[in-house]
Amino acid sequence: MSSGLVVLQNLDGKLLKASLVALSAARALQSAWGVSELHAICLGPAAAKAAEEALQYGFGKVLWSEDASLEKYRAVAFAAHVVEAAKQTASDLIISAATSIGKDMMPRVAATIDAAQASEILAVNSDGTLKRPLFAGNVLADVELQTLKRCITVRGTAFPPAEKTSATGTLIPLGSVTFVDAQAGEVVSYELSASDRPELGDASVVVSGGRALASSENFQKYIFPLADAFGAAVGASRAAVDSGYAPNDWQVGQTGKVVAPQLYVAVGISGAIQHLAGMKDSKFIVAINKDSEAPIFEVADYGLVGDLFALVPQLTEAVKKAKAG
Amino acid sequence: MKILVPIKRVPDYQAKIRVKADGSGIETEGIKWIVNPFDEIAVEEALRLKEAGKATEVIVATIGPSEAATQLRYTMAMGADRGVIVQHDGYVDSDLASKILAALFKREDFGLIIMGKQAIDSDAGQTPQLLATRLGLPQACFASKLLLEPPYAIVTREVDGGLEIIKVGLPCIVSADLRLNEPRYAPLPGIMKAKKKPLEELTLAALGLEAFSRVLIKKMSTPAVRQGGKKVESVEALITALQHEAKVL
Repeated sequence: MSSGLVVLQNLDGKLLKASLVALSAARALQSAWGVSELHAICLGPAAAKAAEEALQYGFGKVLWSEDASLEKYRAVAFAAHVVEAAKQTASDLIISAATSIGKDMMPRVAATIDAAQASEILAVNSDGTLKRPLFAGNVLADVELQTLKRCITVRGTAFPPAEKTSATGTLIPLGSVTFVDAQAGEVVSYELSASDRPELGDASVVVSGGRALASSENFQKYIFPLADAFGAAVGASRAAVDSGYAPNDWQVGQTGKVVAPQLYVAVGISGAIQHLAGMKDSKFIVAINKDSEAPIFEVADYGLVGDLFALVPQLTEAVKKAKAG
Repeated sequence: MKILVPIKRVPDYQAKIRVKADGSGIETEGIKWIVNPFDEIAVEEALRLKEAGKATEVIVATIGPSEAATQLRYTMAMGADRGVIVQHDGYVDSDLASKILAALFKREDFGLIIMGKQAIDSDAGQTPQLLATRLGLPQACFASKLLLEPPYAIVTREVDGGLEIIKVGLPCIVSADLRLNEPRYAPLPGIMKAKKKPLEELTLAALGLEAFSRVLIKKMSTPAVRQGGKKVESVEALITALQHEAKVL
């Protein structure tokens, strides 16, 4: 097979962990499918800086563009640049992390180059098939893409982030790419959560709150101090988000974020299938719930039955003490 | 404006899904079939637009065996005006679905497509984007709010860092996320009315298409069940376990 192109996203010029996970998948595919070489593409603001960092990961070519049309992410604009990068590197395989950008954009790339796509792969099997989740991860499928050109998105918890290798590769500015701007539309505004806490996808500890918290004030009063004691990211169940106790980007679940931290603490979360889909690969799970029959206890390594409003402050103090002592 | 809402017939997500012993597929015996929840949200959104006078007709479409007409009738009972079923008994991947839907879109003068962002069985999340690309149309995926201001749609999208509001030209493809709306239940009179609404039956051949899928599922399996269930008696016991057993503290 010819080359593979890895889409590398960045935040302020620093490569996203999820993109390095996608690179690990690309390396696994390189051996499984006999891909000759891996190249990378960095797009948007700070792409040049991200491309410099990418040079440390053993790519053949690192293409980049900070074109004005890429100033804000738009599926059509980004997809067109990825397609051009694949063409310039003769890549028949294109891989991206399954971030919201990857999920939004990659099928556009696939349809443009007439590639089949495997979404959110979990592993590359020894026979070269790709493992991916069905039915909220309750069924696993081994799939084969039957096209010459192939697109893949990689779940952010599926592989360890790639290590740096040799500092080789050539930096290549991509140049301008034609696309129909009317199809791309425009970004009007953003409402983004600002936080000093770790990112949900990256954190080694996650503390999540459910509907039982009953208000966003209670999230602040109970969940935040516990998260801060652990140095954790904050997550939420769908029910909590729907009720307005937490913003949408904190949602952990089948259609929210999928996380696999060292420790997941589920506070007042019953454990619906769709929530479990988003956290059941955590190394250790703690559940605090007043209902001893709550499904969350079936997956929890340590279940504490009781009133979260009494237990969580106690736990927060105990964690602080344990970390200090 | 006519709105096309593609829907998919999927197994009930509350049910326990069993994989066949030979891994060739899932056990479908006795399965309860439902409208994909995200597609139901899409239907609801289209109906609200019609009720607000922004659309004239809501047409629902599905691809599947003849039994899938049941799901189509349910959305017509919610209030969709007519339905189209493209009958196909075999496996349909996102690719094939997008080609079929593109052919349906071209048959009439639709101003908008609203569909679920993913199907809860395949969880591939590709069809809306593939469809938009095939039709050369803008996409607005993972929508939690939709405002029609012809010739534009203003869509609030749920993205990794929060919300993103975009403006795209019509016609476009909108993929519905969870919080776009809460769908109505089909009322009993609606169910009676739905039986009289037109339901067109098509074949792939009639659309000039062939059945082939390019994402082949070679085998299905069940993931290892996580062993949980241990309870601790107190916060102190939990701390001890986290420190000495799990060693995460």
